Amino acid sequence: MEMTGAQMVIEAMKLEGVDTVFGYPGGAIMNVYDELYKQNDFKHILTRHEQAAVHAAEGYARATGKVGVAFVTSGPGFTNAVTGLATAYMDSIPLVVISGQVPITLIGTDAFQEIDATGISRGCTKHNYLVRSAKELPRILKEAFYIANSGRPGPVHVDIPKDVTAEIAEFDYPTHVEIPTYKPTTKGNVRQIKKAAEAICNAKRPIFYLGGGIIHSNSADLVRELVAATQIPAVETLMARGVLEHDNPMLLGMVGMHGSYQANMAMSEADLMIALGPRFDDRVTGKLSEFAKHAKIIHVDIDPSSIGKLVDVDYPIVGDLKEVLEVMIPKVKECVDPDKYQAWRDILKRYNEIHPLTYEDSDKVLKPQWVIERVGELLGDEAIISTDVGQHQMWTAQFYPFNFPRQFITSGGLGTMGFGFPAAMGVKRARPDKISINFTGDGSILMNIQELVTAVENRLPVINIILNNHYLGMVRQWQTFFYEKRYAETDLSFQPDFVRLAEACGGIGYRVETKEEFDEALKDAVDKGVVALIDVIVDRDENVLPMVPSGGTLYNMMLEYKD
Amino acid sequence: MKVERRVISVIVQNEHSVLARITGLFAARGYNIETLTVAPIPDSNLSRLTIETKGSVRVIEQIIKQLHKLIPTFKVIEHEEMVEKEMVLMKFPINESLANIQALCEAYNGGIMNVSSHHIITMIADEPKRVKHFIEAAQKFHPVEIVRGGVVAMERE
Ligand SMILES: Cc1ncc(C[n+]2csc(CCOP(=O)(O)OP(=O)(O)O)c2C)c(N)n1
Ligand SMILES: [Mg+2]
Repeated sequence: MEMTGAQMVIEAMKLEGVDTVFGYPGGAIMNVYDELYKQNDFKHILTRHEQAAVHAAEGYARATGKVGVAFVTSGPGFTNAVTGLATAYMDSIPLVVISGQVPITLIGTDAFQEIDATGISRGCTKHNYLVRSAKELPRILKEAFYIANSGRPGPVHVDIPKDVTAEIAEFDYPTHVEIPTYKPTTKGNVRQIKKAAEAICNAKRPIFYLGGGIIHSNSADLVRELVAATQIPAVETLMARGVLEHDNPMLLGMVGMHGSYQANMAMSEADLMIALGPRFDDRVTGKLSEFAKHAKIIHVDIDPSSIGKLVDVDYPIVGDLKEVLEVMIPKVKECVDPDKYQAWRDILKRYNEIHPLTYEDSDKVLKPQWVIERVGELLGDEAIISTDVGQHQMWTAQFYPFNFPRQFITSGGLGTMGFGFPAAMGVKRARPDKISINFTGDGSILMNIQELVTAVENRLPVINIILNNHYLGMVRQWQTFFYEKRYAETDLSFQPDFVRLAEACGGIGYRVETKEEFDEALKDAVDKGVVALIDVIVDRDENVLPMVPSGGTLYNMMLEYKD
Repeated sequence: MKVERRVISVIVQNEHSVLARITGLFAARGYNIETLTVAPIPDSNLSRLTIETKGSVRVIEQIIKQLHKLIPTFKVIEHEEMVEKEMVLMKFPINESLANIQALCEAYNGGIMNVSSHHIITMIADEPKRVKHFIEAAQKFHPVEIVRGGVVAMERE
């Protein structure tokens, strides 16, 4: 069938099963929006900033594993979207972002709202396209969705000049993709898997190092099975929270800069590290030369470039975790003796008794950790938890009782303030059956505060819980520890009235200073099912502990801070 | 860490901005490009890039993996046993000894390509190590311009 490039974009969305597009129109993409107006197959949500559109698409994708989609216009529309692309890229989130571009005839002339969009996105996308003619569009769109969500997932950017969206060509949407240069390996090498299984059975002090790849490959069930069968202790990275149930006896907690003492000690003393889909981020490893010094390493990852990038690996396995685990589990079950690791488990238990992950509660002032635990008690599995970036993010990772994969939505790799609220909107859109909570800071929330309007208009009742310390808290903490308390530009004492701000946009605001007030506010917001800002005044001097100072070693944590 | 020299051939789909993807990768990750040559492969929609690079073993391994990861990359060939050649054009003032220059160039698989009223232009093609020697030896004829072509390589087998 013949149609315009703009119609092809809409048709492709239908054929890909897209039910939601987040976006913001403008000159170069108007032909597409004109076609979007005429259809009823998917909903478009107009965010109030392009960055928020991409984060919302990310929230949608992170909560479901489906490809998130955003539309933006050329020039400033696209540049506003770049932070979202970069955020998704760092965390391997499948997105297709379509931007308008000036007509091909004007490209290269510094036309109005022209920017070299594919030049800019090259470094922060898995792949990108500048579409040259409507003839190529069906193939490119098909490839874009395929590339975004196969192999190691990631964002794909498609830049479409305005005259291409007007051009008429044959639309024959491919049913499958044939890219001779792109064939991700999914099946792990069986010999290598067998050797790894033997290494697991022969180890004395093995540890599972669980990473975000488990979430992407939907293999948390298999990981739980493997952990249960072996009774080997496990640590989770920030991106893997929820892989194991929070009360799984084998879970030692989060690893890394703000990981638990027992998790970091386990990594340091293990003789075998079984790394399932992590990427050895510097926030996890600390000083590399001291990292897992005594351990042989098994590393399973779908991205060969992830293996051996930072540390030497003894058993590299390239493949999709799910497929690898399906082969590995029976082999491990054949030889494993869970009792053998009892002495090791006892040592780790002892570490946890000496330095458990905890905080000192107070009846004078609300502690941010209490608020998070309280939400966990009240909402638990009912909620999907997004965060912004800062202390509140780390406390959430430490103290929320996560119970299932995709329950925790956070910007790990890029650490993007302003991510949380729009992401939580995308979560709510994808999972209307769940309560969408965003733990945020008084700094971060203002970075996409305009989305109050989007959320109210589109009935996406996100509950934003501002852990308000009147500081850019995480930066303030570093200034306290490492800069002799010179609080350069981190004091946020001057603040908006968050209650009235919420109300001005049609939401509800609460200001909370006690435990009782907090319970009431949260219950009220949940019952009413509205967009909410709960401004929780918390102890402004609280620090995230324990901590491995950057470049430090995991076994040498700062356990407390004394003034 | 020991720094090694390596010549890598990359076969890529001949498409918009593929060269930018590759050079962008080297720039973004701080890898070295010593020389780079690119040309289409006859009767195909592929191009061949030959990249001469330097780095530690781990860096070289990463370069190869990262090149693989680019969507338009068809093949990355890490040369072990190969024939390597580089071509060099050199321009000398006309008052230098034509015969001596000729003799030098012949020793490096080359000769005189052009003589005008002001300049002599020569060409040589040889292994990268020998190219270095040639450039050193040629200094005594006071070259006014040197154009190196970059390394090209082919597997022996
Ligand atoms: C866009 C962006 N700018 C700057 C930073 C650096 N940064 C990291 S945490 C932080 C403070 C965040 O403050 P707030 O949102 O109030 O959270 P808190 O740490 O107080 O919980 C800053 C500025 C960042 N991560 N992202
Ligand atoms: Mg704050």
